Amino acid sequence: MKHRTFFWFILPTLSAMILFIALPIVSVFVQSLFVGHEQVLVVSESCGPFGCKESTKIDLEATEKLREEAPLGKFNGAGTYLNRSHLAFAEIGVAWAETETWGEFWSVVGDLPFYRALAFTLTYTAVVTPLVILLGLAIALGVNALPKLFKGPSIFISLLPFLVTPLVGSLILFWMVDSDGVIGATIQLIFDDPNLSLKASAALTWTMLIVYGVWHTLPFSFITFYAGLQTVPDDILEAAKVDGASKWESTLHVVVPHLMPLVSFVTLMLLMDNFRVFEPIVSFSAEAHARSLSWIIYNDLRESGNPLYGSAGATSMLTIIGVVILLTPVLIRTWRDFNRKAH
Amino acid sequence: MNIKYLMMVGAMSTLMGTAAFAAGHAACGPDGQSIRILASDFPAIHAVAGTAEENCASGASEFTRNHTTEARQIMNAALTPNPAEYTSVIVANSTLTQLMNDGLVRPLNDLVDKYGANIPDNLKISIDGNVMAIAFMANSQHLFSRTDILAKAGIDSVPGTYDEVLAAAKAIREAGIMEYPIVMNMKTGWNVGESFNLVFLAHGGEFFKPGTAEPTINSEAGVAALNTLKALVEYAHPDHLTQASNETQGLWEAGEAALGIMWGSRGAPILDDEGSTEEVTSNTVLSAAPSVEPGGVPGATLWWDGFTISTNVSDAEAEATFAALASALTPEMVAANNDDAVWLLEGFKPGAAAAGVSATAQGGAAPYPMLPQIGLMHNALGAELTDFLQGNESAEKALADAEAAYVTAAKEAGFLK
Repeated sequence: MKHRTFFWFILPTLSAMILFIALPIVSVFVQSLFVGHEQVLVVSESCGPFGCKESTKIDLEATEKLREEAPLGKFNGAGTYLNRSHLAFAEIGVAWAETETWGEFWSVVGDLPFYRALAFTLTYTAVVTPLVILLGLAIALGVNALPKLFKGPSIFISLLPFLVTPLVGSLILFWMVDSDGVIGATIQLIFDDPNLSLKASAALTWTMLIVYGVWHTLPFSFITFYAGLQTVPDDILEAAKVDGASKWESTLHVVVPHLMPLVSFVTLMLLMDNFRVFEPIVSFSAEAHARSLSWIIYNDLRESGNPLYGSAGATSMLTIIGVVILLTPVLIRTWRDFNRKAH
Repeated sequence: MNIKYLMMVGAMSTLMGTAAFAAGHAACGPDGQSIRILASDFPAIHAVAGTAEENCASGASEFTRNHTTEARQIMNAALTPNPAEYTSVIVANSTLTQLMNDGLVRPLNDLVDKYGANIPDNLKISIDGNVMAIAFMANSQHLFSRTDILAKAGIDSVPGTYDEVLAAAKAIREAGIMEYPIVMNMKTGWNVGESFNLVFLAHGGEFFKPGTAEPTINSEAGVAALNTLKALVEYAHPDHLTQASNETQGLWEAGEAALGIMWGSRGAPILDDEGSTEEVTSNTVLSAAPSVEPGGVPGATLWWDGFTISTNVSDAEAEATFAALASALTPEMVAANNDDAVWLLEGFKPGAAAAGVSATAQGGAAPYPMLPQIGLMHNALGAELTDFLQGNESAEKALADAEAAYVTAAKEAGFLK
């Protein structure tokens, strides 16, 4: 294709991407460099049904003046990125100097909000992604081998978890694992421990979130692989059979290599999705044990009365950087494959 | 200060009220204005806003009410443009500061003079003499007890202090009646932060150095409060860090708890004949929040709900909105909705459901702090204290973490340099 033609073809997509993806990211980045103005506090007396009390309030005129002088806020450079809520280099430096063992050092680092969230986010991504790919492939192979009559219903049933809204799906599961719920009570019965609670221990909460994550995203990898299986050429499979390959061998050496481009695609999508894990944490009320990067952003924007835009912006940028780092190996691989095929 | 006193003041000022009200005629403001109200979604708020609509909708060009549990999240954004999306927001202590921080609500003094003859002085929330909101109902946390279970465990009086609560819980557990007799709203986030606030205030804690935004929670009172809280949750269900009002109310109504620190607004739904058994409702007693020493400050925060008027609307709309809402604060409205809230208005007949809030207010509990930076502190507490409650770190470390998290946020918001 001529470069000129290509340019005109890509222009609509490109402009939409710039408008809806690139510009918002730039705006978030700019915002993350600023913090709020100084709030001028004045002592005041507040009275109400419960009596009068000495209190403080914001001097609106003085604050408004500061705001007009610099509407974006106070320039803070990388300050927000480096503070305790984010990369916390100063706190890590102190921990490094003051702790004796690796264990102590990591426990201090793990107590800092960003690293604590990163630890869960990475664990979740690292466990859910391969499990979803392997199980998805297994289910796709299984469904593909079913007699025609059962295929339709089994595809439909396998897709169900994906049809449920994440928030609703996790809420339902949350009620089921309650100690009065069907799963929670059964587990108590099996382990003969009436006080066993999936919600009270960090390890069990992580497990629960990961199981939910696998359950919820499995249909995506299943349906992609199932579609891929329909394109495996019959003659190659027959050739393998003639060569004496067992069913297992032909799956491993013919089917799986054929699906490799799809595996790359599914991995890319899953890494991006899992790194942004959020809904299950809220609906499982799992904040005491598990927080993710997206949860920090949500908390900054929603819970403190005045939204901390700079802080949320900085966490967003760090999340994007995290996704890019995770995707790089997969992207490099895809790029190589592409070049190999192109030449 | 008790509810009866609060109401007496109300009754007196109504007697002194002007003829407009004596005539029993609802005085609506200027005709043909648009009245748009944003409010939370519970029966008492529906009662007030609904009565305002009945009284004054006919004279208004438009009367809309948006009742949503998300009111707090959208109100600042909705009131910032000029003209604002709503002419009034019905707020509570904490949310009023959130609006005042951005200057989004107007002083009501002139409107009070014109339409507020039936509003007693103590319901005018004034800051430096400017009336910023009109309160109409109160709420606070307090103790719920199951007297039948206490009696079975050999305790014949309702606990008054934290030590007594703990002793009662111990007795119930040892008698083999319940393993986890205590329920509290301990859900990570806002609720656990608020539970800390209660015990902290009971221990005489101060959140900030007076007149500044510098935190002072990592103090003796803070450590003592956390230790009390930890002792209490030893007797709470292991899932307590996921339980908020709906869950604790559910446990109570299911008869799975004997001692609860819950919101007063849950009193009426618990005591009514829905969702629970006769055994639970007839033996549930509502009393003051526990204190540290006998007769000490009850561990609670007093809340009021009231209405405000937006800055960014025309004066005529502001006047019409104020008049409509003020017209709803009548004994008739209270009589029709008596059990929906602990009303601060004339005509309220405190029933069993109001006993806890009344006793807590009378015991001298502190109001929830109306400070511009309190939201940041509350959020930091909610996020950082669970490490201590799970036994992962010391009380001092958890409080130091909460202070550090607060300082980081307060610097970003401009409260600290």
